[in-house]
Amino acid sequence: MVNNCDKKRLVVVGNGMAPGRALERLIERAPDSYDITIFNAEPRVNYDRIMLSPVLSGEKSFEEIVIHGDGWYVQNGITLYKGAKVTGIDRIAKTVTAEFVASGSGQAPLQPPISVEYDKLIVATGSSPIIIPVPGHDLPGVLAYRDLDDVNAMLLAAKSKGNAVVIGGGLLGLEAAAGLMEQGMSVTVLHLMPTLMERQLDPAAGHLLQRSLEARGIDVITRANTKAIVGDNKVEAVELDSGQVLPADLVVMAVGIRPNSGLAEAAGLAVNRGIVVDNSMRTDDPEIFALGECAEADGEVFGLVAPLYEMANVVAAQLTGEESKSFKSSATATKLKVTGINLYSAGDFAEGEGREEIVLRDGARGNYRRLVLKDNKIIGIVMYGDTADGAWFFDLLKRDVDVSDMRETLIFGQNYAGGIPLDPGAAVAALPDEAEVCGCNGVCKGDITGAIAGLGLKSLDDVRAHTKASASCGTCTGLVEQILKAQLGDAYNPAVVTPMCGCTDLGHDEVRRLIVAKEIKSLPDVMQQLEWKTSCGCAKCRPALNYYLLATWPGEYEDDNQSRFINERVHANIQKDGTYSVVPRMWGGVTSASELRAIADVVEKFDIPTVKCTGGQRIDMLGVKKEDLLAVWADLNAAGMVSGAAYAKGLRTVKTCVGKDWCRFGTQDSTGLGIKLEKFLWGSWTPAKLKLAVSGCPRNCAEATCKDIGVICVDSGYEIHFGGAAGLDIKGTEVLGNVASEEEAIEVIGALTQLYREQGRYLERIYKWAKRVGTEKIREQILDDRERRVELYERFVYSQKFAQIDPWAERVAGKDAHEFQPMSVATMEAAE
Amino acid sequence: MNAEIRTWTPVGTIDDIPRRGARCVKNGDMTIAVFRTVDDQVFALEDKCPHQNGPLSQGIVHDNCVTCPLHNWVISLETGCAQGADEGQTNNFPVRVQDGQVYLDLTFNKSTS
Ligand code: SRM
Ligand SMILES: Cc1cc2nc3c(=O)[nH]c(=O)nc-3n(C[C@H](O)[C@H](O)[C@H](O)COP(=O)(O)OP(=O)(O)OC[C@H]3O[C@@H](n4cnc5c(N)ncnc54)[C@H](O)[C@@H]3O)c2cc1C
Ligand code: SF4
Ligand code: FES
Repeated sequence: MVNNCDKKRLVVVGNGMAPGRALERLIERAPDSYDITIFNAEPRVNYDRIMLSPVLSGEKSFEEIVIHGDGWYVQNGITLYKGAKVTGIDRIAKTVTAEFVASGSGQAPLQPPISVEYDKLIVATGSSPIIIPVPGHDLPGVLAYRDLDDVNAMLLAAKSKGNAVVIGGGLLGLEAAAGLMEQGMSVTVLHLMPTLMERQLDPAAGHLLQRSLEARGIDVITRANTKAIVGDNKVEAVELDSGQVLPADLVVMAVGIRPNSGLAEAAGLAVNRGIVVDNSMRTDDPEIFALGECAEADGEVFGLVAPLYEMANVVAAQLTGEESKSFKSSATATKLKVTGINLYSAGDFAEGEGREEIVLRDGARGNYRRLVLKDNKIIGIVMYGDTADGAWFFDLLKRDVDVSDMRETLIFGQNYAGGIPLDPGAAVAALPDEAEVCGCNGVCKGDITGAIAGLGLKSLDDVRAHTKASASCGTCTGLVEQILKAQLGDAYNPAVVTPMCGCTDLGHDEVRRLIVAKEIKSLPDVMQQLEWKTSCGCAKCRPALNYYLLATWPGEYEDDNQSRFINERVHANIQKDGTYSVVPRMWGGVTSASELRAIADVVEKFDIPTVKCTGGQRIDMLGVKKEDLLAVWADLNAAGMVSGAAYAKGLRTVKTCVGKDWCRFGTQDSTGLGIKLEKFLWGSWTPAKLKLAVSGCPRNCAEATCKDIGVICVDSGYEIHFGGAAGLDIKGTEVLGNVASEEEAIEVIGALTQLYREQGRYLERIYKWAKRVGTEKIREQILDDRERRVELYERFVYSQKFAQIDPWAERVAGKDAHEFQPMSVATMEAAE
Repeated sequence: MNAEIRTWTPVGTIDDIPRRGARCVKNGDMTIAVFRTVDDQVFALEDKCPHQNGPLSQGIVHDNCVTCPLHNWVISLETGCAQGADEGQTNNFPVRVQDGQVYLDLTFNKSTS
């Protein structure tokens, strides 16, 4: 094992997509080879910046675009400082110093600056949006489009449904415009040049694009030079050179980016447009790499992820001693991520000496294609409308293929090449191995087919995990699926899932389905009928199967204690020294003098070392000896307390706030509802732990909006939330819907819990289940379909008949006595 | 290992131990976990995981292994060795079962001999 002190220290400045990929590759190649620390000025984990546009338009949530959740850093032993901006690099001492960014304006930073030492340093500071210094550019309401904060600010501004002006008609500007329009704003795009996206599109395609944006209700003004942004305390309008004045509640400037090279420059590294690196991605200090949009390689800086990911591969190889791997920039293709608008461009399409062009216009369908050829080879591609052949043309371009033979039909695409129309599957099959399928990640068809064959991949997720194809912007997902289909034939099942564990090839859902279909009611039977490969399962499948059987056959299936994790077997939480903690229920977080007195007595009587308030509004007694558990419970039972199930994949806590009885803002009896819910749900087993909270008003003092299920009381009733997370991942809840009465709230929550019990995979929290099956599907069944809701609710109520028995009292009465006593105390004669 | 000289100490009956489970035997300061597999084999290990001393007796027993309750290392009941990528070994003791009685040789530590 590598000892921490022997490990080299790798420090990374910036936590964007480029270094994220480099670390992934590094860990794949040589896990444990470096002690890694990352500083990120943004107060968050690594996410897919490309996908901010779908977040802005509301098609995705931020959680869906996270690349590495907090858990990833924990699992890989990486220290991530969020909201920490590196302010200096000392190349002599080999240290970097970082300051913590204050969370609100005028607030002092939360922590003092820190310095850490490095052996190797990666500078990956990305780039900053350019803000044109017109008068008024610093007014509140003027935003750039670069990170999640910008998106959140835009979403907030969009709530007013007012006017937005986007300055810049390039890729980012148009994605911002489309997103803001989806959010209900009236949007005008100002563009300096005569046609949109002139760097990627020729004028003809630029016009088509403008027409379809206008058809959607976005105003476009070309040749528009911004003179000033006007407003008193915030933006009110934008004034053009032409004298035209456009009212604006929000201005987004998307006019370009500039590499962030200041930090490197101050450290004395060579900087030109970006930080100058050689083809091993080293700066002129051999211990320091630069990577991503901040780096300048071969005199070029880059603004699309494909070349940045290539840089990442090189850095990972270099860090693990493979010094032959070097960076070479290659052509990249551009797509616009606006739903319903397809365009594709690559290469060079300016007119010039010796260049020919082939153009196809299909007015009826709004298609336009233009190929620019030189010496019988494709050097530029512009496509608008049907872009399916983009990858094929791009492959011909990258491989420098002489297209003389297929010139006649070339423009019609691959289907017609050679005159014979092919079906889409055959077209994919006909792509050469070198054809690039995923532009973002530079993955060729051969990489995908090789991985499918070599690693036995069966699903889109598998391919994403192993090759990264379609894992970034996702526009090539269809192609990847075609490849899977072409290669696996009928064996490709888009719904294929990973097996539960090494004991079976079946996935969780299949096992559950078969348990119901074959009416399997015991663990040995599951293993027999479903052909388990081991004699009695393993620590992964047994607890899962035990849960599935229990949830499917309430009252019939007999719980298998030996298949439960120790905490659930002895109804207390094991601690690092082998002692246990005891957490009684404290319904809705409310207690009384007699309960507190009983707890105090128990603590003294059994000499319990620590008593602590938990994060779940109740009291934890830690360090109880296993032999004392029964006596401790007996005393707590006598005072009316039952097990709090702090150990269970089942109902844990229902947190509440004081609510209407005391609070001047309370709208309903949140404490009372919380207690009712806890009394209704306690004892139930669920796929993973289940935590609730009820807040008396939207101030949300019970933190209901990050719970598995939450209730926010409002004047008109109860807003039911679900699918929050505040553990390894952080995620706000989704609103399930509103109900008018406590009875309805309880019915909805009971039905929701039951649906989760029936569909959730073991250890899958509600938010993950909801993401897998779709929030909308859940809402339809629980809220819209009353009959279905009642069915679910009744099944839940039935199963509770067998669940609401206090496990502590049962054990005090003698159940599982063997768990709590040693088998014997050996009395040995002294050994000879 | 040549002549078999054993000091067998009776510690209970096989029925005292649940199948796919374990019970503890206290021997001075040491705790020994006695395991019973699904097919009634009995094994004895010191109740200390080679990783961070987790009580193996509290783990889930599957085939001839136990998964430690603290951080899920899988330990072989036969050898006391950690399986897979993890490294380490727990002391293990000879066991004899006769007429349902379980005997341990507490003087004999297979792992170190
Ligand atoms: C006791 C307590 C900490 C405290 O002193 O406050 C606690 C203690 C443990 N938590 Fe927790 N969690 C406690 C509140 C929380 C909360 C806060 C809350 O409930 O509002 C969270 C965040 C919300 C959530 O559940 O996501 C929380 C998120 C976790 C997680 C991350 C779960 C996730 O899916 O992301 C784990 C790890 C896991 O379950 O795999 C965890 C695991 C644990 C374990 C079981 C670690 C372990 O495997 O041994 C700890 C058991 C200690 C013990 O024996 O008592 N604990 N844990 C809290 C008990 C609450 C209670 O009254 O029942
Ligand atoms: C809305 C949008 C859409 C896009 N769409 C596409 C697309 O469709 N296809 C495509 O290929 N590309 C697209 N891009 C570009 C792509 O996202 C970027 O090229 C890529 O994310 C750059 O990665 P990076 O790691 O170099 O830098 P970044 O992702 O910018 O990360 C740099 C990070 O470093 C942090 N940082 C900076 N200075 C410091 C410091 N001193 N200390 C600590 N941290 C610091 C910053 O806070 C930032 O988080 C898009 C970009 C945006 C904004
Ligand atoms: S109680 Fe929770 S947060 Fe605290 S150390 Fe244990 S698992 Fe981590
Ligand atoms: S103590 Fe057993 S796995 Fe850590």
